Amino acid sequence: MSIFDYFRRKPKPVKATAAIAKERLHIVMAHEHRVANGPDYLPALKRELMDVIAKYVHVQKEDIKVNLERHGDCEILELNIALPEDKETAAVS
Amino acid sequence: MSKVIVVTSGKGGVGKTTTSASFAAGLAGRGHRTVVIDFDIGLRNLDLVMGCERRVVYDFVNVINEEATLKQALIRDKTDSNLHILPASQTRDKDAFTREKVGKVIRELRDNFDYIVCDSPAGIEKGALMALFYADEALVVTNPEISSVRDSDRILGMLAAKSLRAIKDYEPIKEHLVVTRYCPTRAETGEMLSLDDIQELLGIELIGVIPESEAVLNASNAGIPVIRDEQSSSGQAYQDMVSRFLGEDVPMRFLEVEKKGFLKRIFGA
Repeated sequence: MSIFDYFRRKPKPVKATAAIAKERLHIVMAHEHRVANGPDYLPALKRELMDVIAKYVHVQKEDIKVNLERHGDCEILELNIALPEDKETAAVS
Repeated sequence: MSKVIVVTSGKGGVGKTTTSASFAAGLAGRGHRTVVIDFDIGLRNLDLVMGCERRVVYDFVNVINEEATLKQALIRDKTDSNLHILPASQTRDKDAFTREKVGKVIRELRDNFDYIVCDSPAGIEKGALMALFYADEALVVTNPEISSVRDSDRILGMLAAKSLRAIKDYEPIKEHLVVTRYCPTRAETGEMLSLDDIQELLGIELIGVIPESEAVLNASNAGIPVIRDEQSSSGQAYQDMVSRFLGEDVPMRFLEVEKKGFLKRIFGA
């Protein structure tokens, strides 16, 4: 490296990653608060609902979504099941 | 009225023991009778940081199992007669801990001390839950690091749900945030979560910022709480923290980026 390169050398750019960290923390912590504040029976309820549904319809675990949301004083248990399109294969005989 | 303060964090290696040692030494240094308890059963370390590892005869588990009295197990600090240490056991006898038995020891300590500082182990298992159970106040130690902030958030949840105060519906534990290993230069360039970021994420009041400093390692190497190193920035920052805890209004220090002079910039620091 010549002496001219030394003077031409630019300072190493710093990556401002703190904003990314903060954003990610916001999201993950909000999610964890929802889980922590939810009722204790929610995971078991979720599991049993899935078992019942699987008795009648062929669905993958990922196709069933259980969500508990809170709007003020009101709690809403949302159950979302994506049923397979082909009815023949969907039914459990 | 005596007070029980838990020093906790969730994550390991963020400075719980360093903070416990300095906080307790600071309170004792101002004339308050203080005891600091190591709750890390099986991995005792507070004795090393406090420089009393060769004087441990009996430990916390001995007291709980009534194999020794509190008086026999408490180690008086070398230089400060107001300060006592209750070391953890080195055997993995975690089952010795029950709420009743720990509660009995805490009650006895309350009769003899103004402040009882509980140095929590890392994690959210039994030892950590036991350390926070009887707390009146909490120092939540956090590094400006993503994993540390998240774990502190989990611990705040535990303080609000699993403590005696929570179970009995008493006034909740008073939570204070201690940010350690803070580096103003890196926060300013956006490389490190800033104090404002951490406070906003955790939503608790800041009681102290301990700057990254070589003095911390030097002090623990020597077995002297870093708060006693009056020359060091971290020692001074811990003193400030103790003042704020005792209700004094002390401005935060060591948050500014040190401006380098022209000569320093050329020749380096």
